[in-house]
Amino acid sequence: MTEVLSAERSQAVDAMLPRSFRVERTRRDTRDTFTLELAPVGGDPLRFAAGQFTMLLAAGVGEVPISISGDPSGGGLLEHTIRNVGSVTRALVATPRGGVLGVRGPFGTGWEVERGEGGDVVLVAGGIGLAPLRPALLQVVRNRERYNRVLLLYGARTPEDILFAPDLERWERDHDVEVAVTVDNGPHDWRGRVGLVTRLVPRAGFDPSRTTAYVCGPEVMMRSTALALRDRGVRADRIRLSMERNMKCGVGLCGHCQLRELFLCVDGPVLGFDRLEPLMSRWEL
Amino acid sequence: MTVRTLDETLREHPFFEGVGEEVVALLAGCARNVHFRPDELVFQEGQPADFFYLIKEGRVAIQLHEVAGGASIIDTVDAGEVLGFSWLVPPYRWVFDARATVDTRAVGFDAVCLRTKCDADPAVGYVLLSRVARTMHERLEAARVRLVDLYGTRTR
Ligand SMILES: Cc1cc2nc3c(=O)[nH]c(=O)nc-3n(C[C@H](O)[C@H](O)[C@H](O)COP(=O)(O)OP(=O)(O)OC[C@H]3O[C@@H](n4cnc5c(N)ncnc54)[C@H](O)[C@@H]3O)c2cc1C
Ligand code: FES
Repeated sequence: MTEVLSAERSQAVDAMLPRSFRVERTRRDTRDTFTLELAPVGGDPLRFAAGQFTMLLAAGVGEVPISISGDPSGGGLLEHTIRNVGSVTRALVATPRGGVLGVRGPFGTGWEVERGEGGDVVLVAGGIGLAPLRPALLQVVRNRERYNRVLLLYGARTPEDILFAPDLERWERDHDVEVAVTVDNGPHDWRGRVGLVTRLVPRAGFDPSRTTAYVCGPEVMMRSTALALRDRGVRADRIRLSMERNMKCGVGLCGHCQLRELFLCVDGPVLGFDRLEPLMSRWEL
Repeated sequence: MTVRTLDETLREHPFFEGVGEEVVALLAGCARNVHFRPDELVFQEGQPADFFYLIKEGRVAIQLHEVAGGASIIDTVDAGEVLGFSWLVPPYRWVFDARATVDTRAVGFDAVCLRTKCDADPAVGYVLLSRVARTMHERLEAARVRLVDLYGTRTR
Protein backbone atom coordinates (compact mmCIF):
# COMPACT_ATOMS: atom_id res chain seq x y z
CA MET A 1 0.00 0.00 0.00
CA THR A 2 2.71 2.42 1.02
CA GLU A 3 4.60 1.51 -2.13
CA VAL A 4 1.57 2.24 -4.36
CA LEU A 5 1.07 5.62 -2.72
CA SER A 6 4.66 6.56 -3.13
CA ALA A 7 4.57 5.49 -6.78
CA GLU A 8 1.56 7.76 -7.35
CA ARG A 9 3.22 10.57 -5.49
CA SER A 10 6.42 10.23 -7.43
CA GLN A 11 4.41 10.34 -10.68
CA ALA A 12 2.71 13.54 -9.53
CA VAL A 13 6.07 15.01 -8.52
CA ASP A 14 7.48 14.07 -11.96
CA ALA A 15 4.57 15.75 -13.67
CA MET A 16 5.30 18.93 -11.73
CA LEU A 17 8.95 19.00 -12.79
CA PRO A 18 9.61 20.78 -16.07
CA ARG A 19 12.02 19.32 -18.60
CA SER A 20 14.37 21.71 -20.39
CA PHE A 21 13.84 22.33 -24.09
CA ARG A 22 15.90 24.57 -26.33
CA VAL A 23 14.37 26.91 -28.91
CA GLU A 24 15.69 25.72 -32.28
CA ARG A 25 13.56 27.97 -34.49
CA THR A 26 10.85 30.59 -34.19
CA ARG A 27 8.52 31.19 -37.10
CA ARG A 28 6.33 34.24 -37.32
CA ASP A 29 2.92 33.02 -38.51
CA THR A 30 0.95 36.26 -38.29
CA ARG A 31 1.43 39.68 -36.71
CA ASP A 32 0.81 38.31 -33.18
CA THR A 33 1.30 34.55 -33.50
CA PHE A 34 4.54 32.57 -33.54
CA THR A 35 5.46 28.90 -33.76
CA LEU A 36 8.30 27.74 -31.54
CA GLU A 37 10.19 24.59 -32.48
CA LEU A 38 11.83 23.01 -29.44
CA ALA A 39 14.42 20.27 -28.97
CA PRO A 40 14.91 18.44 -25.67
CA VAL A 41 18.08 19.27 -23.76
CA GLY A 42 19.01 15.62 -23.22
CA GLY A 43 16.50 12.79 -23.09
CA ASP A 44 13.92 11.58 -25.60
CA PRO A 45 11.59 13.66 -27.70
CA LEU A 46 8.19 14.20 -26.13
CA ARG A 47 5.57 11.69 -27.26
CA PHE A 48 2.05 13.10 -27.39
CA ALA A 49 -1.38 12.58 -28.87
CA ALA A 50 -3.02 15.12 -31.18
CA GLY A 51 -4.98 17.58 -29.03
CA GLN A 52 -2.83 17.34 -25.91
CA PHE A 53 -1.19 20.37 -24.34
CA THR A 54 1.90 21.14 -22.29
CA MET A 55 2.62 23.70 -19.58
CA LEU A 56 5.30 26.00 -20.99
CA LEU A 57 7.49 27.79 -18.49
CA ALA A 58 9.29 31.06 -19.20
CA ALA A 59 11.72 31.25 -16.28
CA GLY A 60 11.05 34.14 -13.95
CA VAL A 61 7.83 35.10 -15.74
CA GLY A 62 5.39 32.23 -15.47
CA GLU A 63 3.87 29.10 -16.90
CA VAL A 64 0.88 28.72 -19.28
CA PRO A 65 -0.95 25.88 -21.02
CA ILE A 66 -0.29 25.70 -24.77
CA SER A 67 -1.47 22.99 -27.15
CA ILE A 68 1.09 21.11 -29.17
CA SER A 69 0.75 22.09 -32.84
CA GLY A 70 3.21 19.68 -34.49
CA ASP A 71 3.11 16.19 -35.93
CA PRO A 72 2.17 13.54 -33.34
CA SER A 73 3.88 10.76 -35.30
CA GLY A 74 7.06 11.72 -33.48
CA GLY A 75 10.65 12.26 -34.35
CA GLY A 76 10.67 15.95 -35.16
CA LEU A 77 10.94 19.04 -33.05
CA LEU A 78 8.22 19.88 -30.54
CA GLU A 79 6.01 22.63 -31.97
CA HIS A 80 3.80 25.12 -30.16
CA THR A 81 1.94 27.95 -31.86
CA ILE A 82 1.49 30.84 -29.49
CA ARG A 83 -0.52 34.02 -29.71
CA ASN A 84 1.13 36.85 -27.87
CA VAL A 85 -1.58 38.16 -25.55
CA GLY A 86 0.09 38.82 -22.21
CA SER A 87 3.17 38.59 -20.03
CA VAL A 88 3.95 34.88 -20.30
CA THR A 89 3.08 34.41 -23.96
CA ARG A 90 5.15 37.53 -24.75
CA ALA A 91 8.16 36.08 -22.91
CA LEU A 92 7.73 32.72 -24.65
CA VAL A 93 7.63 34.10 -28.18
CA ALA A 94 10.53 36.45 -27.43
CA THR A 95 12.83 33.62 -26.26
CA PRO A 96 15.80 33.75 -28.63
CA ARG A 97 17.16 30.81 -30.57
CA GLY A 98 19.17 28.66 -28.16
CA GLY A 99 17.19 29.94 -25.18
CA VAL A 100 15.79 27.35 -22.80
CA LEU A 101 12.15 26.87 -21.75
CA GLY A 102 10.59 24.49 -19.24
CA VAL A 103 8.06 21.97 -20.56
CA ARG A 104 5.69 19.86 -18.44
CA GLY A 105 3.36 17.31 -19.91
CA PRO A 106 1.90 16.33 -22.29
CA PHE A 107 -1.40 16.58 -20.47
CA GLY A 108 -5.06 16.00 -21.10
CA THR A 109 -7.23 14.12 -23.52
CA GLY A 110 -6.57 14.11 -27.28
CA TRP A 111 -8.80 14.52 -30.34
CA GLU A 112 -8.87 10.73 -30.89
CA VAL A 113 -8.87 11.18 -34.64
CA GLU A 114 -9.05 7.40 -35.07
CA ARG A 115 -12.74 7.67 -34.15
CA GLY A 116 -13.35 9.25 -37.54
CA GLU A 117 -11.76 6.42 -39.55
CA GLY A 118 -14.06 4.91 -42.17
CA GLY A 119 -16.23 8.02 -42.35
CA ASP A 120 -16.15 11.73 -43.12
CA VAL A 121 -14.11 14.06 -40.93
CA VAL A 122 -14.95 17.71 -40.44
CA LEU A 123 -12.52 20.00 -38.62
CA VAL A 124 -13.78 23.45 -37.71
CA ALA A 125 -11.31 26.03 -36.43
CA GLY A 126 -11.70 29.60 -35.26
CA GLY A 127 -8.67 31.89 -34.95
CA ILE A 128 -5.73 30.39 -33.06
CA GLY A 129 -7.93 27.27 -32.68
CA LEU A 130 -6.35 25.97 -35.86
CA ALA A 131 -3.12 25.38 -33.92
CA PRO A 132 -4.46 22.65 -31.61
CA LEU A 133 -6.21 21.06 -34.61
CA ARG A 134 -3.08 20.97 -36.75
CA PRO A 135 -1.76 17.70 -35.21
CA ALA A 136 -5.16 16.11 -35.90
CA LEU A 137 -4.98 17.15 -39.54
CA LEU A 138 -1.39 15.98 -39.84
CA GLN A 139 -2.46 12.59 -38.48
CA VAL A 140 -5.42 12.41 -40.88
CA VAL A 141 -3.37 13.28 -43.99
CA ARG A 142 -0.69 10.79 -42.96
CA ASN A 143 -3.38 8.07 -42.97
CA ARG A 144 -5.54 9.67 -45.63
CA GLU A 145 -6.80 6.37 -47.07
CA ARG A 146 -8.56 5.53 -43.80
CA TYR A 147 -10.93 8.48 -44.12
CA ASN A 148 -13.59 9.33 -46.62
CA ARG A 149 -14.16 13.07 -47.15
CA VAL A 150 -12.01 15.40 -45.08
CA LEU A 151 -13.14 18.99 -44.67
CA LEU A 152 -11.45 21.87 -42.90
CA LEU A 153 -13.64 24.90 -42.21
CA TYR A 154 -11.55 27.75 -40.87
CA GLY A 155 -12.51 31.23 -39.75
CA ALA A 156 -9.98 34.00 -39.08
CA ARG A 157 -10.40 37.64 -38.19
CA THR A 158 -8.84 39.08 -41.34
CA PRO A 159 -6.86 37.61 -44.26
CA GLU A 160 -3.68 38.65 -42.41
CA ASP A 161 -4.64 36.47 -39.46
CA ILE A 162 -4.82 33.26 -41.50
CA LEU A 163 -2.51 30.72 -39.91
CA PHE A 164 -0.49 28.01 -41.66
CA ALA A 165 -1.32 29.22 -45.18
CA PRO A 166 1.29 26.91 -46.81
CA ASP A 167 -0.19 23.94 -44.92
CA LEU A 168 -3.72 24.80 -46.06
CA GLU A 169 -2.54 24.84 -49.66
CA ARG A 170 -0.65 21.58 -49.33
CA TRP A 171 -3.49 19.75 -47.59
CA GLU A 172 -5.89 20.82 -50.31
CA ARG A 173 -3.54 20.14 -53.24
CA ASP A 174 -1.82 16.94 -52.14
CA HIS A 175 -4.17 15.30 -49.66
CA ASP A 176 -7.67 15.88 -50.95
CA VAL A 177 -8.69 17.98 -47.97
CA GLU A 178 -11.58 20.33 -48.80
CA VAL A 179 -10.47 23.60 -47.25
CA ALA A 180 -12.90 26.50 -46.83
CA VAL A 181 -11.58 29.70 -45.28
CA THR A 182 -13.70 32.61 -44.21
CA VAL A 183 -12.73 35.89 -42.55
CA ASP A 184 -14.65 38.30 -40.39
CA ASN A 185 -13.51 41.35 -42.28
CA GLY A 186 -12.07 41.48 -45.77
CA PRO A 187 -10.35 44.36 -47.56
CA HIS A 188 -12.11 45.35 -50.81
CA ASP A 189 -9.76 43.26 -52.96
CA TRP A 190 -10.29 40.02 -50.97
CA ARG A 191 -11.77 37.31 -53.20
CA GLY A 192 -12.51 34.76 -50.51
CA ARG A 193 -15.45 34.35 -48.17
CA VAL A 194 -16.46 36.77 -45.44
CA GLY A 195 -18.73 35.71 -42.60
CA LEU A 196 -18.82 33.41 -39.62
CA VAL A 197 -17.28 29.97 -39.90
CA THR A 198 -20.53 28.48 -38.58
CA ARG A 199 -22.21 29.63 -41.83
CA LEU A 200 -20.11 27.10 -43.72
CA VAL A 201 -21.57 24.16 -41.82
CA PRO A 202 -25.09 23.91 -43.35
CA ARG A 203 -23.84 23.56 -46.92
CA ALA A 204 -20.54 21.75 -46.42
CA GLY A 205 -20.42 18.48 -48.34
CA PHE A 206 -20.24 15.81 -45.64
CA ASP A 207 -22.57 12.97 -44.76
CA PRO A 208 -23.80 13.75 -41.22
CA SER A 209 -24.69 10.13 -40.47
CA ARG A 210 -21.03 9.08 -40.83
CA THR A 211 -19.23 12.24 -39.74
CA THR A 212 -16.93 12.88 -36.82
CA ALA A 213 -16.29 16.55 -36.14
CA TYR A 214 -13.43 18.26 -34.29
CA VAL A 215 -13.97 21.86 -33.25
CA CYS A 216 -11.53 24.32 -31.70
CA GLY A 217 -11.83 28.03 -31.08
CA PRO A 218 -13.42 30.45 -28.67
CA GLU A 219 -16.28 29.02 -26.68
CA VAL A 220 -18.98 31.09 -28.42
CA MET A 221 -17.79 29.83 -31.79
CA MET A 222 -17.54 26.21 -30.62
CA ARG A 223 -21.02 26.25 -29.19
CA SER A 224 -22.65 27.68 -32.29
CA THR A 225 -20.64 25.35 -34.53
CA ALA A 226 -21.59 22.31 -32.46
CA LEU A 227 -25.26 23.30 -32.62
CA ALA A 228 -25.04 23.80 -36.40
CA LEU A 229 -23.39 20.39 -36.78
CA ARG A 230 -26.04 18.76 -34.65
CA ASP A 231 -28.79 20.50 -36.63
CA ARG A 232 -27.33 18.82 -39.71
CA GLY A 233 -27.61 15.48 -37.99
CA VAL A 234 -24.12 14.82 -36.59
CA ARG A 235 -24.40 12.88 -33.32
CA ALA A 236 -23.44 14.95 -30.26
CA ASP A 237 -20.93 12.36 -29.05
CA ARG A 238 -19.23 12.56 -32.47
CA ILE A 239 -18.67 16.31 -32.09
CA ARG A 240 -15.45 16.81 -30.12
CA LEU A 241 -14.51 20.22 -28.70
CA SER A 242 -11.38 21.47 -26.95
CA MET A 243 -12.27 23.48 -23.87
CA GLU A 244 -10.16 26.08 -22.18
CA ARG A 245 -9.98 27.27 -18.65
CA ASN A 246 -7.07 28.77 -16.80
CA MET A 247 -4.72 26.05 -15.65
CA LYS A 248 -1.99 25.76 -13.05
CA CYS A 249 -0.95 22.23 -12.19
CA GLY A 250 -2.16 20.41 -15.31
CA VAL A 251 -2.58 17.17 -13.40
CA GLY A 252 -5.89 17.42 -11.57
CA LEU A 253 -4.56 18.68 -8.22
CA CYS A 254 -5.23 22.40 -7.92
CA GLY A 255 -8.80 22.81 -9.22
CA HIS A 256 -8.05 25.91 -11.32
CA CYS A 257 -9.52 24.38 -14.45
CA GLN A 258 -12.71 23.09 -12.89
CA LEU A 259 -15.92 23.11 -14.94
CA ARG A 260 -18.60 21.74 -12.60
CA GLU A 261 -17.61 18.12 -11.95
CA LEU A 262 -14.84 18.13 -14.57
CA PHE A 263 -11.19 19.02 -14.22
CA LEU A 264 -10.45 20.09 -17.77
CA CYS A 265 -6.71 19.40 -17.50
CA VAL A 266 -7.34 15.68 -17.03
CA ASP A 267 -10.96 15.06 -18.14
CA GLY A 268 -10.39 17.42 -21.08
CA PRO A 269 -9.47 19.60 -22.81
CA VAL A 270 -11.08 17.52 -25.59
CA LEU A 271 -14.58 16.28 -24.76
CA GLY A 272 -17.73 15.29 -26.63
CA PHE A 273 -20.56 17.78 -27.07
CA ASP A 274 -22.91 15.26 -25.42
CA ARG A 275 -21.04 15.86 -22.15
CA LEU A 276 -20.27 19.51 -22.67
CA GLU A 277 -23.54 20.97 -23.82
CA PRO A 278 -25.19 21.11 -20.40
CA LEU A 279 -22.01 22.62 -18.92
CA MET A 280 -21.19 25.26 -21.49
CA SER A 281 -22.17 28.75 -20.55
CA ARG A 282 -25.41 29.83 -22.16
CA TRP A 283 -25.09 32.71 -24.52
CA GLU A 284 -28.36 34.16 -25.55
CA LEU A 285 -27.77 37.29 -27.56
CA MET B 1 -25.60 19.56 -71.71
CA THR B 2 -28.97 19.63 -69.96
CA VAL B 3 -30.99 22.80 -70.14
CA ARG B 4 -32.88 23.52 -66.94
CA THR B 5 -36.10 25.41 -66.83
CA LEU B 6 -36.32 28.23 -64.34
CA ASP B 7 -38.80 26.14 -62.33
CA GLU B 8 -36.28 23.33 -62.03
CA THR B 9 -33.46 25.70 -61.13
CA LEU B 10 -35.56 27.24 -58.39
CA ARG B 11 -36.66 23.91 -56.98
CA GLU B 12 -33.02 22.79 -56.75
CA HIS B 13 -31.98 25.89 -54.81
CA PRO B 14 -31.85 25.35 -51.01
CA PHE B 15 -33.96 28.48 -50.50
CA PHE B 16 -36.97 26.75 -52.08
CA GLU B 17 -36.45 23.37 -50.39
CA GLY B 18 -39.84 22.07 -49.28
CA VAL B 19 -41.83 24.78 -51.08
CA GLY B 20 -44.81 23.47 -53.10
CA GLU B 21 -44.50 23.26 -56.89
CA GLU B 22 -47.39 25.65 -57.54
CA VAL B 23 -45.80 28.36 -55.41
CA VAL B 24 -42.45 27.91 -57.14
CA ALA B 25 -44.15 28.03 -60.55
CA LEU B 26 -46.00 31.20 -59.59
CA LEU B 27 -42.84 32.94 -58.35
CA ALA B 28 -40.85 31.75 -61.36
CA GLY B 29 -43.02 34.17 -63.33
CA CYS B 30 -41.05 37.01 -61.71
CA ALA B 31 -37.63 35.42 -62.26
CA ARG B 32 -34.91 35.44 -64.86
CA ASN B 33 -31.39 34.12 -65.12
CA VAL B 34 -28.65 36.69 -64.64
CA HIS B 35 -24.87 36.66 -64.94
CA PHE B 36 -22.25 38.91 -63.38
CA ARG B 37 -18.61 39.09 -64.35
CA PRO B 38 -15.85 39.40 -61.75
CA ASP B 39 -15.93 42.87 -60.18
CA GLU B 40 -19.29 43.75 -61.75
CA LEU B 41 -21.62 45.62 -59.41
CA VAL B 42 -24.82 43.71 -58.64
CA PHE B 43 -26.35 46.71 -56.90
CA GLN B 44 -25.29 49.98 -55.37
CA GLU B 45 -26.02 51.72 -52.09
CA GLY B 46 -28.86 54.25 -52.39
CA GLN B 47 -30.25 52.82 -55.64
CA PRO B 48 -33.78 51.35 -55.84
CA ALA B 49 -33.88 47.80 -54.47
CA ASP B 50 -35.68 46.27 -57.41
CA PHE B 51 -34.33 42.72 -57.32
CA PHE B 52 -33.93 39.72 -55.06
CA TYR B 53 -31.28 37.16 -56.00
CA LEU B 54 -30.71 33.45 -55.49
CA ILE B 55 -27.05 32.70 -56.11
CA LYS B 56 -26.50 29.56 -58.18
CA GLU B 57 -22.76 29.79 -58.78
CA GLY B 58 -20.00 32.15 -57.74
CA ARG B 59 -19.73 34.71 -54.97
CA VAL B 60 -21.01 38.20 -54.26
CA ALA B 61 -19.32 40.51 -51.76
CA ILE B 62 -21.37 42.93 -49.71
CA GLN B 63 -19.37 46.09 -49.22
CA LEU B 64 -19.53 48.96 -46.86
CA HIS B 65 -18.01 52.32 -47.70
CA GLU B 66 -16.11 53.66 -44.77
CA VAL B 67 -16.00 57.28 -43.84
CA ALA B 68 -12.24 57.22 -44.38
CA GLY B 69 -12.87 56.53 -48.05
CA GLY B 70 -12.01 52.83 -48.39
CA ALA B 71 -14.43 49.96 -48.75
CA SER B 72 -14.42 46.76 -46.79
CA ILE B 73 -16.28 43.54 -47.34
CA ILE B 74 -18.61 42.78 -44.48
CA ASP B 75 -20.17 39.62 -45.85
CA THR B 76 -20.14 37.34 -48.85
CA VAL B 77 -22.98 35.38 -50.36
CA ASP B 78 -22.13 32.11 -52.06
CA ALA B 79 -23.87 29.50 -54.21
CA GLY B 80 -26.97 28.19 -52.45
CA GLU B 81 -27.56 31.46 -50.59
CA VAL B 82 -29.75 34.51 -51.20
CA LEU B 83 -28.84 38.14 -51.71
CA GLY B 84 -30.76 41.29 -50.88
CA PHE B 85 -33.47 42.12 -48.36
CA SER B 86 -34.07 45.81 -49.05
CA TRP B 87 -36.66 45.01 -51.76
CA LEU B 88 -38.95 43.95 -48.90
CA VAL B 89 -38.88 47.05 -46.76
CA PRO B 90 -39.81 50.64 -47.73
CA PRO B 91 -38.25 52.82 -49.03
CA TYR B 92 -36.87 49.89 -51.10
CA ARG B 93 -33.31 51.19 -51.43
CA TRP B 94 -30.07 49.24 -51.15
CA VAL B 95 -28.07 50.04 -48.03
CA PHE B 96 -24.83 48.40 -49.20
CA ASP B 97 -22.97 47.77 -52.43
CA ALA B 98 -22.88 44.24 -53.79
CA ARG B 99 -20.16 43.17 -56.20
CA ALA B 100 -19.46 39.82 -57.84
CA THR B 101 -15.97 38.71 -56.84
CA VAL B 102 -15.87 35.86 -59.37
CA ASP B 103 -17.98 34.84 -62.35
CA THR B 104 -21.44 34.57 -60.80
CA ARG B 105 -24.74 33.11 -61.98
CA ALA B 106 -27.97 33.85 -60.19
CA VAL B 107 -31.71 33.97 -60.53
CA GLY B 108 -32.99 37.54 -60.19
CA PHE B 109 -36.58 38.17 -59.11
CA ASP B 110 -38.26 41.40 -60.06
CA ALA B 111 -39.15 42.95 -56.71
CA VAL B 112 -42.31 44.75 -57.83
CA CYS B 113 -43.60 41.51 -59.36
CA LEU B 114 -42.80 39.57 -56.16
CA ARG B 115 -44.49 42.14 -53.94
CA THR B 116 -47.57 42.19 -56.16
CA LYS B 117 -47.88 38.39 -56.02
CA CYS B 118 -47.41 38.38 -52.24
CA ASP B 119 -50.12 41.04 -51.84
CA ALA B 120 -52.50 39.18 -54.14
CA ASP B 121 -52.05 35.83 -52.42
CA PRO B 122 -51.05 36.10 -48.72
CA ALA B 123 -50.44 32.34 -48.52
CA VAL B 124 -47.70 32.69 -51.15
CA GLY B 125 -46.46 35.80 -49.38
CA TYR B 126 -46.23 33.87 -46.13
CA VAL B 127 -44.19 31.05 -47.69
CA LEU B 128 -41.78 33.53 -49.24
CA LEU B 129 -41.48 35.78 -46.21
CA SER B 130 -40.97 32.92 -43.75
CA ARG B 131 -38.01 31.77 -45.83
CA VAL B 132 -36.58 35.25 -46.11
CA ALA B 133 -37.09 35.69 -42.36
CA ARG B 134 -35.13 32.50 -41.67
CA THR B 135 -32.18 33.81 -43.68
CA MET B 136 -32.42 37.24 -42.06
CA HIS B 137 -32.45 35.58 -38.65
CA GLU B 138 -29.29 33.61 -39.47
CA ARG B 139 -27.53 36.74 -40.67
CA LEU B 140 -28.63 38.74 -37.63
CA GLU B 141 -27.39 36.04 -35.29
CA ALA B 142 -24.06 35.93 -37.12
CA ALA B 143 -23.76 39.72 -36.97
CA ARG B 144 -24.35 39.68 -33.22
CA VAL B 145 -21.77 36.96 -32.64
CA ARG B 146 -19.28 38.94 -34.70
CA LEU B 147 -19.79 41.89 -32.41
CA VAL B 148 -18.05 39.94 -29.66
CA ASP B 149 -14.89 39.56 -31.78
CA LEU B 150 -15.35 35.87 -32.29
CA TYR B 151 -11.74 34.82 -32.71
CA GLY B 152 -10.18 37.43 -30.49
CA THR B 153 -10.17 35.69 -27.13
CA ARG B 154 -10.00 32.14 -25.98
CA THR B 155 -9.38 31.78 -22.28
CA ARG B 156 -11.67 32.69 -19.41
C1 LIG C 1 -5.67 23.63 -22.80
C2 LIG C 1 -5.25 24.98 -23.32
C3 LIG C 1 -4.60 25.06 -24.53
C4 LIG C 1 -4.19 26.30 -25.03
N1 LIG C 1 -3.55 26.32 -26.23
C5 LIG C 1 -3.08 27.50 -26.70
C6 LIG C 1 -2.36 27.54 -27.93
O1 LIG C 1 -2.13 26.54 -28.59
N2 LIG C 1 -1.90 28.74 -28.35
C7 LIG C 1 -2.14 29.90 -27.64
O2 LIG C 1 -1.70 30.96 -28.07
N3 LIG C 1 -2.85 29.89 -26.50
C8 LIG C 1 -3.31 28.72 -26.00
N4 LIG C 1 -4.01 28.70 -24.82
C9 LIG C 1 -4.24 29.99 -24.13
C10 LIG C 1 -3.04 30.41 -23.33
O3 LIG C 1 -2.86 29.53 -22.27
C11 LIG C 1 -3.25 31.85 -22.81
O4 LIG C 1 -3.22 32.73 -23.89
C12 LIG C 1 -2.18 32.23 -21.83
O5 LIG C 1 -2.39 31.56 -20.63
C13 LIG C 1 -2.15 33.73 -21.59
O6 LIG C 1 -1.14 34.02 -20.62
P1 LIG C 1 -0.34 35.42 -20.56
O7 LIG C 1 0.39 35.46 -19.29
O8 LIG C 1 0.44 35.61 -21.81
O9 LIG C 1 -1.51 36.48 -20.59
P2 LIG C 1 -2.21 37.11 -19.31
O10 LIG C 1 -1.26 38.11 -18.72
O11 LIG C 1 -2.74 36.00 -18.47
O12 LIG C 1 -3.36 37.87 -19.99
C14 LIG C 1 -3.16 39.14 -20.63
C15 LIG C 1 -4.44 39.67 -21.15
O13 LIG C 1 -4.86 38.86 -22.24
C16 LIG C 1 -6.11 38.29 -21.96
N5 LIG C 1 -5.99 36.93 -22.42
C17 LIG C 1 -5.57 35.87 -21.73
N6 LIG C 1 -5.54 34.81 -22.51
C18 LIG C 1 -5.95 35.22 -23.70
C19 LIG C 1 -6.13 34.59 -24.94
N7 LIG C 1 -5.87 33.32 -25.09
N8 LIG C 1 -6.56 35.32 -25.98
C20 LIG C 1 -6.81 36.62 -25.86
N9 LIG C 1 -6.66 37.27 -24.71
C21 LIG C 1 -6.24 36.57 -23.66
C22 LIG C 1 -6.31 38.37 -20.50
O14 LIG C 1 -7.70 38.45 -20.18
C23 LIG C 1 -5.57 39.63 -20.15
O15 LIG C 1 -6.38 40.76 -20.39
C24 LIG C 1 -4.45 27.48 -24.31
C25 LIG C 1 -5.12 27.40 -23.08
C26 LIG C 1 -5.52 26.17 -22.60
C27 LIG C 1 -6.23 26.09 -21.29
S1 FES D 1 -5.01 22.78 -13.68
FE1 FES D 1 -4.90 22.08 -11.66
S2 FES D 1 -6.58 20.77 -11.54
FE2 FES D 1 -6.55 21.30 -13.63
